[in-house]
Amino acid sequence: MIEVEQLSKSYGPREAIKNLSFQIEKGEVVGFLGPNGAGKSTTMNILSCIMPASSGTAKICGFDVFEQALEIRKLIGYLPETPPLYSDMVVYDYLSFAARLRNVPLKNTQSAVEQVIEKCSLKEARERIIGRLSKGYQQRVGIAQAMVHNPDILILDEPTIGLDPIQIIEIRKLIQELALSHTIILSSHILPEITQICKRVIIISDGQIAAVDSLDALTTRLHKGERLLLEVRQNSSEILEKLRALKKVNAVTEHQPAHFTIDCEPNADIQDKIAQLSLDNKWGIVELKPVSMTLEDIFLKLTLEENKVQQ
Amino acid sequence: MKNMWIIAKKDLGSFFSSPVFYSLTSVFLILNGFIFFNILNFFSLQSFQAQQMRGGGIGLNLNEMVVEPSFHNMAVILLLIIPLVTMRSFAEEKKSKTFALLLSSPIHLIEIIVGKFVACMIVVGLMILLSAYSTGYLILVGNPEMGPIITGYLGILLMTGCYVAMGLFASSLTDNQIIAAVISFGLALFMWIIGWGAQAGGSGLGQLLEYLSLITHLEHFLKGLISSSDLVYYLSFIFFGLFLTHRVLESSRWR
Ligand SMILES: Nc1ncnc2c1ncn2[C@@H]1O[C@H](COP(=O)(O)OP(=O)(O)O)[C@@H](O)[C@H]1O
Ligand SMILES: [Mg+2]
Repeated sequence: MIEVEQLSKSYGPREAIKNLSFQIEKGEVVGFLGPNGAGKSTTMNILSCIMPASSGTAKICGFDVFEQALEIRKLIGYLPETPPLYSDMVVYDYLSFAARLRNVPLKNTQSAVEQVIEKCSLKEARERIIGRLSKGYQQRVGIAQAMVHNPDILILDEPTIGLDPIQIIEIRKLIQELALSHTIILSSHILPEITQICKRVIIISDGQIAAVDSLDALTTRLHKGERLLLEVRQNSSEILEKLRALKKVNAVTEHQPAHFTIDCEPNADIQDKIAQLSLDNKWGIVELKPVSMTLEDIFLKLTLEENKVQQ
Repeated sequence: MKNMWIIAKKDLGSFFSSPVFYSLTSVFLILNGFIFFNILNFFSLQSFQAQQMRGGGIGLNLNEMVVEPSFHNMAVILLLIIPLVTMRSFAEEKKSKTFALLLSSPIHLIEIIVGKFVACMIVVGLMILLSAYSTGYLILVGNPEMGPIITGYLGILLMTGCYVAMGLFASSLTDNQIIAAVISFGLALFMWIIGWGAQAGGSGLGQLLEYLSLITHLEHFLKGLISSSDLVYYLSFIFFGLFLTHRVLESSRWR
């Protein structure tokens, strides 16, 4: 559905993205992951036909973003990083305006707006002035604006940025619902939502793709090491040293008193040894369990490895 | 066409819900009214004296002495007011990032520009309409020639179109409303006084400069004349202004 090939964009001499290539199938929910300045917004702006690329091509449903921008704009709904809200407008009027802009016929406008108000839980806010709404409500108006014409594809640039935790959970739930019926591209530099919502991630850093894969595959692929969590009853400083002295252990950190995170080489199978050690020294094991690394770790790793390669 | 109206309606809505529109309209009406009644007062004094000297008979020409100077003054006040009407058109959209909404919608850039042009024209047109009570009063109490009044309003509207086109162009250059207003004021004033260079410019250049001046063309309209040369001038001025706006907005997407 979306095909991007060798896409590059420079702002003056500065290259924001370099030779990005990826594909997205119909119905997929794809996460764009990268730190600030990685080029996520730039890519999304190009896909939404807001700015042209410097080189390379991007096609959506077979339409070229440069040649057939008007066709594409009918198919997509876009939430830019800063929601495009007129602060002096009433929510209902704003959404009607957005619907009319996106070619929703006049007679269907009302029902289209009612629908997104329902979907985005904007009932209480419908007659209020946008500028006076809370950030969470504003973000929802931004998402409502992007989907008011019921587009096939939703492009959401950091939809949870600047929200408080409760609002984040609400927006995430909303996106998960939308994911059932739309193709979604979602960007983020804070990660939990990607693990929750997206089945596939495209990780960019410094304007280049660091990895494109399904979440599971990415986790296994990067599962070069294992991580164990150890909790003991008795805390003493020798524990750290003794654990570190073990073979195949890469790093040990005490993340809170008597709780240790042990990073070891893959297939090290050292649970037995740790248990033995603890018995011998009478630490008193409360818990010893393997943990899978979170996406956050993966991501950190990825960018770190990329940097190492470059240096 | 439909899209253009959607944009124009949105802009009109934000004009009418903002105190800026009401304060501008009030200032315009007060200045305009003040000047009109002063001119009228002066006229009645003059015609009273003339009557005494000549012992009645021929009155002074109401059109020449009241209507024409009123239009002139209105043109000057509009020069001051219109940059404040047009300044937000694009600058505000860029500043608050709402321009992305328009740009990501299936609508041509030209429709956005013309929509905003129409909205500004309606706003200024409304101001002029409200100020027309003075003309109505004249018609009620005197009997001015209607021809020059009608062509005068046409000329003023065309000139307004030029101011608005320049204002939109200035607004497309920046995301700062104040800068947009300053630029469009400077441009409008320059296009007004450019004819002053005519004497210095020698015959060929001088004629060109005089042709380029906004005010030269208004004169004919105020005298009741509609010439194709003036129409062509105003219409191409407006077209050129909107064209430049289009170029600026289009090229800013490439950066
Ligand atoms: N309008 C612009 N002019 C110049 N540089 C820009 C502009 N927008 C973004 N950049 C630069 O391009 C890079 C990518 O930015 P962006 O796409 O916004 O990243 P992200 O959305 O991943 O944070 C950054 O280094 C940023 O400084
Ligand atoms: Mg961004």
